[in-house]
Amino acid sequence: MGGSNAMAFRMITQIAGSAMTAQTVRLNTIASNLANAQSASGTEADTYRARKPVFQAINQAGAADQLPGARVQVLDVIQSDEPLRKLHQPENPMANEQGDVFLPNVNPVAEMTDMLSASRAFETNVEVLGRVKSMQQSLLKLGEG
Amino acid sequence: MGINFDKALGIHPDALRLRADRTKILASNLANESTPGYQARDINFSAMLSQGASGDGSLALDTGGEDLKYRVPNHPTQDGNTVELGVEQAEFSQNASDFQTSLTFLNMKFKGLAKAIGGQ
Repeated sequence: MGGSNAMAFRMITQIAGSAMTAQTVRLNTIASNLANAQSASGTEADTYRARKPVFQAINQAGAADQLPGARVQVLDVIQSDEPLRKLHQPENPMANEQGDVFLPNVNPVAEMTDMLSASRAFETNVEVLGRVKSMQQSLLKLGEG
Repeated sequence: MGINFDKALGIHPDALRLRADRTKILASNLANESTPGYQARDINFSAMLSQGASGDGSLALDTGGEDLKYRVPNHPTQDGNTVELGVEQAEFSQNASDFQTSLTFLNMKFKGLAKAIGGQ
């Protein structure tokens, strides 16, 4: 019984840790998107495009007497194919021959809401880790009185 | 005449193991809160407990997935993810408290045994 419990707890730590890593990647792309929201460029190809991670669940088969858990992994970071913003700014040093510059397709409002969601998800997993830690500690004190 | 620990401790060691396993399943649900297409899972604790009680007394978990059910979401989402944060958090919290309860019962059993052995 004790061995199986220890295994379960170790797997929970891995699961919550993988989710925290995934949410950190998500926060990273959000920070990058918000930082580059106004990074103009002379050509469409060179312009920064909003990035977004894609998550995938990895089913983790446990030992024979355990139920499977599921970790998270970042499958890929995809670039948004929303149209870029085109501005006529002949005075901009980045402007092309027509005097146009391209601005990234970052939607700051969507990024802000995504940021709140990501930090909430991160905090949830921190709480899970804290709770599991106290469960494991009280299990270690079993029989002490 | 020795003490049979399996009999003396009753259902609590199995309940504790079930709670620890359920913690893992609920942690998986919480971890995959923003994974597209992920379907939240859970076990039916009381059904598994009665199944163990009516059988040979042991609560062997079937990892084939028959015991692992899918959660029915209150609201469908566009990306097919069925994790509802509030529901999962509440279940997780309740499960953690139930774990502590089983642990407390187990501790009381041990105390009783220690008294019996000490002859107090």
